Amino acid sequence: MSIATTAPFTTRQARTVPPRATRDPAWARWTLTAVALAFLAFFLVLPLVVVFAEAFSKGAAFFMATIREPDARSAIWLTLFTVAIAVPANVVFGIAAAWAIAKFRFPGKSLLTTLIDLPFAVSPVISGLVYVLVFGAQGWLGPWLIDHNVRIIFAVPGIVLATVFVTFPFVARELIPLMQAQGTDEEYSAVTLGANGWQTFWRVTLPNIRWGLFYGVILCNARAMGEFGAVSVVSGHIRGETNTMPLHVEILYNEYNSAGAFAVASLLALLALVTLVVKSAIEWRQNAAP
Amino acid sequence: MSIEAHGIRKKFGAYTALDGVDLNVPQGKLVALLGPSGSGKTTLLRIIAGLEFPDAGSGRVLFHGDDVTDLPAGKRKVGFVFQHYALFRHMSVFENVAFGLRVRRRRDRPSAAAIAERAHRLLELVQLDGLAGRFPSQLSGGERQRVALARALAVEPKVLLLDEPFGALDARVRKDLRRWLRRFHDEIQLTTIFVTHDQEEALEIADEVVIMNKAHVEQVGTPQQVYDRPASPFVYQFLGNVNVLKAPALAGARRRGAGSGEPGTDGLIYVRPHDIELTPHDAGGDGLSAIVRHIHAAGPHARLLLEQVQSREPVEVEISRSELAELNLQANDLVRFRLRQTHSFDEDYAI
Repeated sequence: MSIATTAPFTTRQARTVPPRATRDPAWARWTLTAVALAFLAFFLVLPLVVVFAEAFSKGAAFFMATIREPDARSAIWLTLFTVAIAVPANVVFGIAAAWAIAKFRFPGKSLLTTLIDLPFAVSPVISGLVYVLVFGAQGWLGPWLIDHNVRIIFAVPGIVLATVFVTFPFVARELIPLMQAQGTDEEYSAVTLGANGWQTFWRVTLPNIRWGLFYGVILCNARAMGEFGAVSVVSGHIRGETNTMPLHVEILYNEYNSAGAFAVASLLALLALVTLVVKSAIEWRQNAAP
Repeated sequence: MSIEAHGIRKKFGAYTALDGVDLNVPQGKLVALLGPSGSGKTTLLRIIAGLEFPDAGSGRVLFHGDDVTDLPAGKRKVGFVFQHYALFRHMSVFENVAFGLRVRRRRDRPSAAAIAERAHRLLELVQLDGLAGRFPSQLSGGERQRVALARALAVEPKVLLLDEPFGALDARVRKDLRRWLRRFHDEIQLTTIFVTHDQEEALEIADEVVIMNKAHVEQVGTPQQVYDRPASPFVYQFLGNVNVLKAPALAGARRRGAGSGEPGTDGLIYVRPHDIELTPHDAGGDGLSAIVRHIHAAGPHARLLLEQVQSREPVEVEISRSELAELNLQANDLVRFRLRQTHSFDEDYAI
């Protein structure tokens, strides 16, 4: 048995070439594309254009006045405040839950996985009602809360709780399949190399899930800002106190101030557009990354 | 550093992965844990590494005589190479190798310059210094494997543990890499255990082979010992092709003298295909008659499938191609065969 004299290890994985697109007849391609574009234009682009057109229908001055009005400003602040609590909270919950589910075996794991999906499965109105039933004046904890002068329902804590609940699955759902696919070998590697748990998490686990995590945060953020149903039930619609942006839009609209309603709505739409741009940028980075 | 394991038991739920396994690896040796999948070999390796722990109260793991059973993996000074390399995908090759030094406590941590120097020296050792800036996804399987090895060596382990080190590579690279590993081991002289299900790999490069089956160790010995003197039918069958023949029908095919082919208490005779001799049928003499059913002549040796005329038992035979040409055999010809070297086992081997 002789050892090869040529330099070993010169093999290289062949680059995979994407298969050529199948050729459909031209009319089929054009028809399908046209149908898709028409659908997109009618159901997505048109409404978006209408939002901005209506928002400025009474001029830029009216637009500025509407969003500078104290009640509107309070709604914007409350929305941002809620997001600032709900998103970080769900990042922590989401990472912890995904970590536990993807990397460990324990009894009750499938139950936990199912529970994470619960907020997606139930209507947001019901999510809100649950909090009213628990924390409301006639609820389980209502009398005790009133005795101790704690207000949750029809107050900011209720809005934050409802938002956290509704947006709970986004981060965890994004991370679980990713972490499951990555397995635990890299963590075990880090451990055999002498890293402690904290170092393993910060240097190995977190960098590996960062794009998935960003993606989850963006979706979570979008939903937290836009949540209407659950927040509507627990908010009480007190102007200047417990109104978030979506609720403020509804109030303005119900007062036949459609230009005002669209002005606030256009802010929400703008946030949504920014979210989409950031999301696309992340996806682009993710594909470009080695 | 020598490695010992005594009476290791491990259960995963109802499944027994290891049932009282002992292992003794002397300092500086290259040892193969060989067995089919599910035999417990990887679990044993992970227990030695500290990635799994034996069932409570069942056994001890000793490094150089010191009990390390309760030490976590990070404190055992082992280098572990995973089957699928488990390189940190978001780090460059250089960062992967430097990781083990970077995570040390400040007072044990070398300076940045010393870390860089050591990482580059290791990459040179595994012939990859030019690729320090690449990411794992830009490397071939064999290159990744060697990065994983360099990374494991960076922390100056006393023991090197490799889990199916060549399992995910294609046949050609496998052969190159395992010979390279053997030479590499001779250079660094580190006590090394590697897990494999490939008997050829184990027999070719290991100093000692530990053959495992169904949560037990079947046999321990040098490659030649286990190949020539298998302790059980399992070992014999696992280490190569084999014919298992019923003895009574074979009286005429046995030779006198060494390896004469006395059957064991189970009445069976074990013989490797290349230990069977063929003679032309017309020549007469001793030997049993068989019909040639199939000839497979592509490759270095010719493989023939015979059917015994009397008992109708199939017999696989391997002869050189020149012998085949001399015999001038075709399918359905008659031929005589004799057993050169046989094995038999008595049924008292433990299960």
